[in-house]
Amino acid sequence: MYVKFLARHLLYGRHKYVTLRQIAMIDRIDQDLNLYRAALGLRAERQKLLASNIANADTPNYKARDIDFKSALAGALSGKGEDGQLNMARTQSAHLASATDTLWGAQARYRAEYQGSADGNTVNLDIERAAFAENSMRSDAVITFVKGRFDDLKLALQRE
Amino acid sequence: MSFAVFGIAGSALTAQSARLNAVASNLANADSIAGPDGQPYRAKQVVFKATAVEGGGLGVRVTQVVNSAAPLRMQYDPSNPAADEKGYVAMPNVNVVEEMVNMLSASRAYQINAEVMNAAKASLQKALSIGQ
Repeated sequence: MYVKFLARHLLYGRHKYVTLRQIAMIDRIDQDLNLYRAALGLRAERQKLLASNIANADTPNYKARDIDFKSALAGALSGKGEDGQLNMARTQSAHLASATDTLWGAQARYRAEYQGSADGNTVNLDIERAAFAENSMRSDAVITFVKGRFDDLKLALQRE
Repeated sequence: MSFAVFGIAGSALTAQSARLNAVASNLANADSIAGPDGQPYRAKQVVFKATAVEGGGLGVRVTQVVNSAAPLRMQYDPSNPAADEKGYVAMPNVNVVEEMVNMLSASRAYQINAEVMNAAKASLQKALSIGQ
């Protein structure tokens, strides 16, 4: 993790050794950034799903999918899926993926059909584009917050 | 903020430009009485299929190009050397109105996917500035 490296670098530079108290502090920094890490990871996952929906706007029988961000974030923070079960990891490319699973334990669900089409496609481009723009804005917001947090931490690590 | 988005949107750009190529071919040959095989030209349609891309997500791929099953347009023109004994000439089954709609749809879809790529690029650049 970047924070650990940064903290260790700053500490080694002055004291040449790291005490247990300092390690505990670094772990707290790590925990502190966990929320941003999970939020940013989920935003990236959602961006992939929405890009897939837009790419397949003309594919017959394609069903648009999305994640419920709130419950997916709660799942990612607890290390469990939305259903309270531990997540299964695909460790080999040959492992089969289910139609609805994604990384971070987020469950991709099929979007409710707004207006049916003859070819069985359920993508509504207006909804998908709006969701994509919203997702980009929100991930930019998370990045701004995490940058602010880094600035705070850097300030706290400085010697007077 | 994931590089897979470029794969997803890129596959859509490729697929939509293949569709645009098919439209161009159909419109160019809307009146071609004889194709390379001596038979009247038949409208080409692309078949899209959702395909997994590296890094997760579903891209799109053209799996095959099929000939339209619509009947050939029979045009009465007895003076034409290609006319049959009743005086009809078999013309391509290209529906020009349908092709124009197809062209607009393909070009809009191409634009949207290019925009998706740009938005993903902007997000990634923003993410790269973390910690600076």
